[in-house]
Amino acid sequence: MSDASGASGDIELVQLLTPEGERVEHPEYSFKGDDDQIKGFYRDMVLTRRVDTEATALQRQGELGLWASSLGQEAAQVGSGRALGKRDFVFPTYREHGVAWCLGVDMVHLLGLFRGVDLGGWDSQQCRFHLYTIVIGAQALHATGYAMGVERDGLVGTGDPERDMAVVGYFGDGATSQGDVNEAFIFASSYNAPIVFFCQNNQWAISEPIERQSRIPLYRRASGFGFPGVRVDGNDVLAVYAATTAALERARTGSGPSLIEAYTYRMGAHTTSDDPTKYRLADELEHWRLKDPIERVKAYLTRSGSGDEAFFADVEAEATDYAADLRTRCLALPDPHLLEFFDYVYAEQVPHLEEQKASYAEYLATFEDAEPVEGLRRPQPSYAGDI
Amino acid sequence: MTMLTMAKALNAGLRRALEADPKVVIAGEDVGKLGGVFRVTEGLQKDFGEHRVIDSPLAESGIVGTAVGMALRGYRPVCEIQFDGFVYPAFDQIVSQVSRLYYRSRGLLKMPIVIRIPYGGGIGAVEHHSESPEAYFCHTAGLKVVTCSNPVDAYWMIQQAVASDDPIIFFEPKRRYHERTEVDESATPAPLHSARVVRSGTDVTLMAYGPMVKTCLDAAEAAIEEGHELEVIDLRTLSPLDMAVVVESVQKTGRAVTVHEAQLNLGLGAELAARITEQCFYSLEAPVLRVAGFDIPYPPSRVEEEYLPDLDRVLDMVDRSLAY
Repeated sequence: MSDASGASGDIELVQLLTPEGERVEHPEYSFKGDDDQIKGFYRDMVLTRRVDTEATALQRQGELGLWASSLGQEAAQVGSGRALGKRDFVFPTYREHGVAWCLGVDMVHLLGLFRGVDLGGWDSQQCRFHLYTIVIGAQALHATGYAMGVERDGLVGTGDPERDMAVVGYFGDGATSQGDVNEAFIFASSYNAPIVFFCQNNQWAISEPIERQSRIPLYRRASGFGFPGVRVDGNDVLAVYAATTAALERARTGSGPSLIEAYTYRMGAHTTSDDPTKYRLADELEHWRLKDPIERVKAYLTRSGSGDEAFFADVEAEATDYAADLRTRCLALPDPHLLEFFDYVYAEQVPHLEEQKASYAEYLATFEDAEPVEGLRRPQPSYAGDI
Repeated sequence: MTMLTMAKALNAGLRRALEADPKVVIAGEDVGKLGGVFRVTEGLQKDFGEHRVIDSPLAESGIVGTAVGMALRGYRPVCEIQFDGFVYPAFDQIVSQVSRLYYRSRGLLKMPIVIRIPYGGGIGAVEHHSESPEAYFCHTAGLKVVTCSNPVDAYWMIQQAVASDDPIIFFEPKRRYHERTEVDESATPAPLHSARVVRSGTDVTLMAYGPMVKTCLDAAEAAIEEGHELEVIDLRTLSPLDMAVVVESVQKTGRAVTVHEAQLNLGLGAELAARITEQCFYSLEAPVLRVAGFDIPYPPSRVEEEYLPDLDRVLDMVDRSLAY
């Protein structure tokens, strides 16, 4: 279904580590880190995958309402996440679990959102990781506006690495069809904003293949907006790291936006509500399984001798322990009380809402002495908050 | 005291807001060199620079969406939507993002954004330039919606809106842009979210906002000849509504008529009627009646005067109220 000009055409992409785990050279990009750093990437990716597996299991067991799996996209997320400087700021979609991991977001907060206890429980300013945005592509504009603010703050192109910063806006292949993403490209280009647009082209927007979104490779879209674009092997953590590092540096120095297309594959369903067997072939999955982002790093580390059996076993054990702890903490997340939410509609509360809240609290109080009825879910009357 | 048109009063208010806080920025189409198509931002880019008065690409969702990002970075953006009918491309960003980030973050992320929208008809414009979309925004939890009816309020309310930590949709009645009054820049303004009795009366309460306040004041003047004393309330704040002022008035007059340009169905009049019925039931001598635009899309301008509520339609509804 691909042709030479198609969005999934078999064209050259930046690759520094082959699916077989061999390091290769690229004329423009190189990975300058050592094997210890690569071992760190390996650990990040294994942990991210284990969190994803646990979350999927929790959903199957009815503990999460939904989960959007990041399976197969670990290199794209960890490679870009680890390239971030300590001042850079990220605007994610709802699938950037690996980036969240790299920025130190407590993974239980990601689960909390999908469990339905809140709408994003992490401190996004402190983590430099904005709340998950569910409306497709909307965050690309937020990222651009934030970058425009950074530029106004004089934190671009000063030459001081302690000051200069950049913004990364994540989105997927489907989002490139959204007006907001295209408008973000225009605003970023027009104002030369310090931003990296990071597109994970995982080939599928729920059931629609990339060919439905684009007739040209996505990275080439950038040239139409007046900034550079590059396609990297999104399953190659070294290539993603190298390309993101370069793009961030470009942004921080005041050279403007760029687009990275991380060419990867959504190994799982769109979300746990989806059934990909209805629209894609098992062959395709097998084809991509051979390009697994974690296996190739393991092969490399094994071959180079930097990773021995003990190392891999340690990471595995750590992942198992982490997942068990995460499960426990997820199950312990308390349900919120609806009355709390009345307090977060406005920074300055309005009388009408205050009255509505008080009225509902009074209504709840009428249940205080009522006998519980089997199978009837009553509002919780024991709210201790300030009414 | 300075004699100012509403457009100039808004300009002066925005100037003071820009002076008061370096984080205030203005963004919109043609707001820079041109000073906006209604000249509300005239001269501001020259005095505050292109970094603070930003000519935006022609994309409303982009204007509001980037304002969200700038607000997250600590700025206080004032967005201009050029005309009422062009706000819809930004609707998703307003309803799904601007209104909710404070809520989504449980109070960690504030959205001090003002979205200015010239609205309403009566200027002989082509399609999409005469709409009254305020009810959409009043229906959205997390937004606050206000509208000025005169230069004095315009001057103060825009400054108060910029100073608010909540997102404010700021409707400006474009057909009143060039009406002028004295503005005392040293006065103490009323709180932003307060209604005001602009004419006292005893027989019927007229409730209006924005462009219809003047229409109602004219109607009240005319009603004297028929022996009726009409009380006129300028609502000023559409969300939240200032019901205390409304309730006090209706309890006194026993009769209430709402007036707006926007279509009747589920307009502000409907919410007012419901709340007045709930809160003033035993004071009412007549049902709450509504004068509004008809439930048709805004008509071609040659017949817009028929579509828009005017003095006669207001007085006709007053008569119906008094007939109960």
